[in-house]
Amino acid sequence: MRRAIPWVYMALAYAFIFLPVVTLVLFSFQDGRLPVPPFNGPTLKWYADVLGDTRLMSALLNSLLVGAGSAALSCALGFLAAYGLARHVLPGTLFLRGLLIAPMTVSYLIIGLGLLIVFNNYGPGPSLWAAGVGHVVINLPLAFAIIYASMGAQQENAERAARDLGASEARVLALVTIPMLAPAILAAFFLCLTLSWDEFIIAFLMTRFDVTLPVEIWSLLRSGLSPRTNAIGSLVFLVSVALVIGLELFIFGRKRR
Amino acid sequence: MTAPISLSGISHDFGDFRALDDIDLEIEAGEYIVLLGPSGCGKTTLLSVLGGFVTPSEGTVLIGGRDMTGVAPAKRPTTTMFQDYALFPHMSLRDNVGFGPRMAGASKAARNAKADELLDLVGLKEAAKKRPYALSGGQRQRVALARSLAVDPDVLLLDEPLGALDLSLRRAMQDELKQIQRKIGTTFVHVTHDQEEAMAIADRIVVMNGGRIEDCGPPDRVYRQPGSLFAAGFMGEMNRIPGTRKGPMIETAVGPLPAPDGTPTGALTLCLRPEQIGIGKGGWDMGQARITDAAFFGTHFRCHLAPEAAPDLALIAHLPPNARPEVGSVVTLTADPADLSIFEAKT
Repeated sequence: MRRAIPWVYMALAYAFIFLPVVTLVLFSFQDGRLPVPPFNGPTLKWYADVLGDTRLMSALLNSLLVGAGSAALSCALGFLAAYGLARHVLPGTLFLRGLLIAPMTVSYLIIGLGLLIVFNNYGPGPSLWAAGVGHVVINLPLAFAIIYASMGAQQENAERAARDLGASEARVLALVTIPMLAPAILAAFFLCLTLSWDEFIIAFLMTRFDVTLPVEIWSLLRSGLSPRTNAIGSLVFLVSVALVIGLELFIFGRKRR
Repeated sequence: MTAPISLSGISHDFGDFRALDDIDLEIEAGEYIVLLGPSGCGKTTLLSVLGGFVTPSEGTVLIGGRDMTGVAPAKRPTTTMFQDYALFPHMSLRDNVGFGPRMAGASKAARNAKADELLDLVGLKEAAKKRPYALSGGQRQRVALARSLAVDPDVLLLDEPLGALDLSLRRAMQDELKQIQRKIGTTFVHVTHDQEEAMAIADRIVVMNGGRIEDCGPPDRVYRQPGSLFAAGFMGEMNRIPGTRKGPMIETAVGPLPAPDGTPTGALTLCLRPEQIGIGKGGWDMGQARITDAAFFGTHFRCHLAPEAAPDLALIAHLPPNARPEVGSVVTLTADPADLSIFEAKT
């Protein structure tokens, strides 16, 4: 009996975490107009409906573009900042590092409001580009922190050896530093992509006509619950899971070898 | 590919700390030089000066007769083999070794041929396609050596290259390093704090302390006739016998002996290696001593001795292994005066 308690606890914990997701996915197959019990039997018609909806599909494409673009830019800027701060002694390095990471502690809502004010008054106004810039603002600290943390003496020594063997600075970066940091850079990229993919507040504030998928889902929800939104949610969840599994298999899995 | 090195008046300061203090050193082409000393003695800084990673505050570095004092590492005819090997983990061994030729603009075929040739030299030809993580410490060390040699340096600088290896592997790699150096004839400058390694491998040992050269010469001379009290102590176990010069004689607690030419006056320290003390008749009669302890070391018995005339002066002698010395027995100690190294006593 006592040996069963840890297992029961574990089952409850997992149920607590996964019950909402399982319910969401289950009722995306609901044959009926409402995603609530009782479950009337499986159908794929909501998926067909969603995949045939051009508005949803263009929102999905927008989300991917904003996600991949902002993640790539965050990683590029994060890498440059990390490399500069790790390899050169500057006055106030600690302060500069803190300043770079600080936006992580500010709520997305506050950052979003700030961006909205700036873009409305001084910029071209809300658009997908503005949402992308917003995502760079929130993801850059993360990309910087991940890449900076994996820069160690090992890379520095390898860089020194490469220079000693006649490599120029550009070739040291391209042939030694970046390949050695590739696992960290890729991990940062996929994490930024996942966060941008799920991000709602900034995307909601910064977009107007072309919107990202979370914003489109939100506007669908305003017209009430439907198994259709469950189907979209399941698809979004599937993409996120695929990203995480890919990350685990190709990056962390390879490193452990 | 080989070149002589000439260092003159090299000094270097790290802030207030004088890491190198007026170093003069001539190294011949094709010599195997070992820089030996305790940590903080300046040996690694001197190697960095040779490699171009540190520009000295004063002095000039000539390599192959050309002034290299302020020249960047990549532009020098030197390569450095780093302490942790600094192999590129994301490249195969062939690409690691071929990196230098690749930077010099060699074609893929040419650099692969060069890499294979050098991997063959260090006995790793079969492993050319492996990655560094698949290798043992000794094998990584060999790859680092091959990579450094692939650019045909005139001078190879080795920074504690055997420091990460266990003792038996270290001894084996010493022989291998020396063999490879003989084969290619490149000037090697090797930094270590292990005096046995230095003696096993060097043509000449440079003993350093406090940023200065204490002694410089072939291993047997540095060991048997050290140039300074520090070198005497650092090269191995040493008996130090205090003495005083009085006219033509040196007075010591274990008996007088004639002062050799050039002996300084005043308080002296006489140095004798444990194996330079014998029992029986000899040149210098050191009087009788009681054996207080004896341990068998295979090639000798290591004995602690208390001279009857000065029981506080504990001496250590290596006695022949064929007769077990009885603890408590009394023997007559002798030494050859020519073996003595005599220095002014440190006050």
